[in-house]
Amino acid sequence: MNLHRLSALIVKELLSYLRDPKSRMTLIGPPIMQLLVFSFAATLEVKNVDVALFDRDHGAWSEELTARIRASSFVDDLLPVDGPEELQELIDTGQVLMAVELPDDFSRNLIAGRPATAQVIVDGRRANAGQIAARYLSDIAAEMNRDLTFELGTIRGAPASGGGVPPPEVVVRHWFNPNLVYRWFIVPGLVGILAMLLALLVTGLSIARERELGTFDQLLVSPVTPFEIVVGKTVPALIVGTVMGNVMILAGVFALRVPFTGSLWMLELSLVLFIFSVVGIGLMLSSICKTQQQAILGVFSIMVPVILISGFATPLENMPTWLQLVAQASPLKHFLIIVQGTFLRAQPAMDVLANAWPLVVIAACTLILANLIVQRRLQ
Amino acid sequence: MKARRLLALVRKESLQIVRDPSSILIAFVLPTILLFLFAYAVSLDVQNVRLGVVLESDGAAARELAADFAATRYFEVLPVRDRREVEDLLVAQKLRALVVIPQDFDRRLAAGSRPAVQVLTDGSQPNTASFVAGYAEGVVATWFESRKHERTHEGVGLGPNGGGPAVVLEPRFWFNPEVESRRFLVPGSIAIIMTTIGTLLTALVVAREWERGTMEALFSTPSGILEILLGKLLPYFALGLVATLGCGLLAVTVFDVPLRGSWGALLALSATFLVPALGQGLLISALARNQFIAAQVAVFSGFLPAFLLSGFLFEIESMPPAIRALTYLIPARYFVTGLQTVFAAGDVWAQLGPNMLAMLAVGAGFFAVTARKTRKSLDR
Repeated sequence: MNLHRLSALIVKELLSYLRDPKSRMTLIGPPIMQLLVFSFAATLEVKNVDVALFDRDHGAWSEELTARIRASSFVDDLLPVDGPEELQELIDTGQVLMAVELPDDFSRNLIAGRPATAQVIVDGRRANAGQIAARYLSDIAAEMNRDLTFELGTIRGAPASGGGVPPPEVVVRHWFNPNLVYRWFIVPGLVGILAMLLALLVTGLSIARERELGTFDQLLVSPVTPFEIVVGKTVPALIVGTVMGNVMILAGVFALRVPFTGSLWMLELSLVLFIFSVVGIGLMLSSICKTQQQAILGVFSIMVPVILISGFATPLENMPTWLQLVAQASPLKHFLIIVQGTFLRAQPAMDVLANAWPLVVIAACTLILANLIVQRRLQ
Repeated sequence: MKARRLLALVRKESLQIVRDPSSILIAFVLPTILLFLFAYAVSLDVQNVRLGVVLESDGAAARELAADFAATRYFEVLPVRDRREVEDLLVAQKLRALVVIPQDFDRRLAAGSRPAVQVLTDGSQPNTASFVAGYAEGVVATWFESRKHERTHEGVGLGPNGGGPAVVLEPRFWFNPEVESRRFLVPGSIAIIMTTIGTLLTALVVAREWERGTMEALFSTPSGILEILLGKLLPYFALGLVATLGCGLLAVTVFDVPLRGSWGALLALSATFLVPALGQGLLISALARNQFIAAQVAVFSGFLPAFLLSGFLFEIESMPPAIRALTYLIPARYFVTGLQTVFAAGDVWAQLGPNMLAMLAVGAGFFAVTARKTRKSLDR
C-alpha cells in the first residue's frame, strides 16, 4: 500500500465534496437546521389539547369537574356542545382530540355517595396522544376524588378521614431526566441519525457516481489498488461525518442545552466507530450499484428501516423478539445507547465499550465486503 | 401541445422506470418493508417493560403488592430483595424502572400512617418513564381499593365511603377501539412512501437528466417545455397511484388495518398529494441539477419533514408555535390527517375537502416557483 497514492486519493475525494459551494452548503447547512427544528418538533408530550364538553347535568359537581379540566395545563380550549351530533362533528373533523360527556345524574350520584360515571370519547386516529390525554384526565379525576372524600365526608358529618387508612403514597423519581424533558431524549438520538444520514449519502454516492461518470474505470486502470480505492473513499467520509457529528454534539450541548454527563472521549471514540460502520455499509452498497440513482435509493431503502428499528422514537422492547435480534445489525441501535448514555446517564466506560464492539464488527464486515466487490470489478 | 409527442415521452419515461430496478425497489419493496415495520415493529404501545421489584419487607401486604406488579401484562418483573442489586441495572438500561416496597411497609399500614412506595424510572426514555410512573400509581391504588373492600366485608369499617363517591371516567376510543398504534401508523406511513416516490424519486430522475445532458437534448426537440415536464411527471404520478393501491391492499388484507372509507376517496387523496410532492421534486431538481445535491435536499426538505413534522408520529399540537406554523407549508401534514380519517373514520368530506384544497394550494406554489426558474434555454 502506497501512502503517497493513498493521500492523493483522499485529498481528491475531499476536494470533490468541498469545492462546489452548493455541495459544501448541503453538507453543513441541512444537518444543523434539521437538528434545531426537529429537536423541538419531535415530542411525545401532549399539550394544547382541545376538549369538547357535553354537560347534561349542569350541577355543582359537573361544573367543578369542568372547571378543573379547563384549568389544567394540557388543555387549550374547552368547547361546550349541546347535543351528540355536535360532539360527533367536532371529533370527526378533528377539531377536538376528545370529548367529555357528563350524564344528568352526575352531581346527584356524588352527593348521594355513589360513584358517578363520565364518558370520555377519544379520537382513536390520534390514539397515542389520546391515551396520554386520557391519563391526564384520570389524574384530574383522582385528585377530585381525594377532595371529594374530604368534602363529602365532612358534609355527612363523619370525620374527614373516615377513620380509615389513607392509601400508600407513591413517590416517583425520574432518574437522569427529572422533569422528563423530551428534548433531552430526542437530541442525542437526532445527532446519531443526522450524522448517519450524511455519512451514508456521501459514501453511498462515492463509488456509484464515479462509475456513472466514467471516472471509476480510469481509477481502475491506474496503479491504485482496490484496497487503496476503498480506504481512499472511507477516510474522507469518516472525516466529514465525524466533524459534522461533533458540530451537532456542540449544538446539542450549547444551543439546545442538553446536559452532558458522561465521558467526551468515550463518545468521540464511539462516534468514529459509528461513522466507520456506516461508511462501510454505504461503500458496500455503492460498489454494487451501477448508477447514482440506484445507490441513493438503495441507501435510502436501507436507512429508513434501520432508523425505525433502532429504538429512536419507539423503544426496542415494544418490538417482537425476532425483530430485536435483527436490530442488533443496525449500528444506529448501538450508537443510540452510547450517545444517550453519555449525554444523560454518565455511562461508565465499560458500558460504552460493551455497546461499541458491535460497531467494530459491522465496520469490519462491510469494509471487507466492499473491498471484495471492488476487487471483483477489477477482474 | 401535441398528444402524440406527449405520449411518446410518457412511453420513454415509463420504459425507463420499468427497466430500472431501483424504481421498483422504491415503489414496491420499500413500501412493503415500511408497512410491515409500522404494523409490527414501530409501536407506541408499551409492552415488556423490564421492571425490578425490590421487596424489602417480609410482610404479607408487601408481598401481595409485589405479586400484583408481577401479574400485569405490561411489565416483565425481576424480583429482588436488595435495591443495590438493581440500581446498576437501571443505569445500564437493563431495567427501565424500579419499584421499591420498603421494610416498614406492613408496619406503617397496620399503624395507620401512610406507607410509601418508591418508583424510580429511567428518565432518559420519557415516554416509557411517564407510562410506568402512571401505571405503577394505578397498580398501588387498585391494590389498596381491593384490600379495602376485603376489609369492609370482614366487618372492619374503613370509613363511610368504602364504595365511593367517586368520579369514574370511562374512556372510549372512537375509530380505534382496540387502541392499536398500527391503526394510525400504517395509514400515515403511506404519506412517507408517497413522499419518497413523488419527491425523492422525481428529484433524482430530473436531476439526472440535467447532469447527463439529456435535458438539453430534449430541449432541442420540437417538444414544448410543458410536454417535456408532463412527460416526465405523468408516469411517476401513475406509479404513485399504483403504489397507493398496493399499500392500501396490503394494509387491509395482510396488516389488519381496515379501510372504512372508500377506495375512490383514498385514491383521490393520494392523487391530490402527488401534486405538491411532484412539484417539490421538480423544483428541487431544477435548482440542484445534480443528483447528489438533489438527493440531500429531497431527504432533508421532503422526507424528514414528512416523517417528523406531519403529525404522523409526533403530535403537531404539542409542538412550539413557530414549528406548528411551519407545518402548514408541509403537504404531508394534510395528507396524513386525510389518510388517518379515510382509513379509520370514513369519507368525512368535511375534513378531507379542506385538506385536499390545502395540498393543491401548496402544489400550485411549487409549480409556480419552478416555472419561473426553468426556461427552455441553456442559460442557467
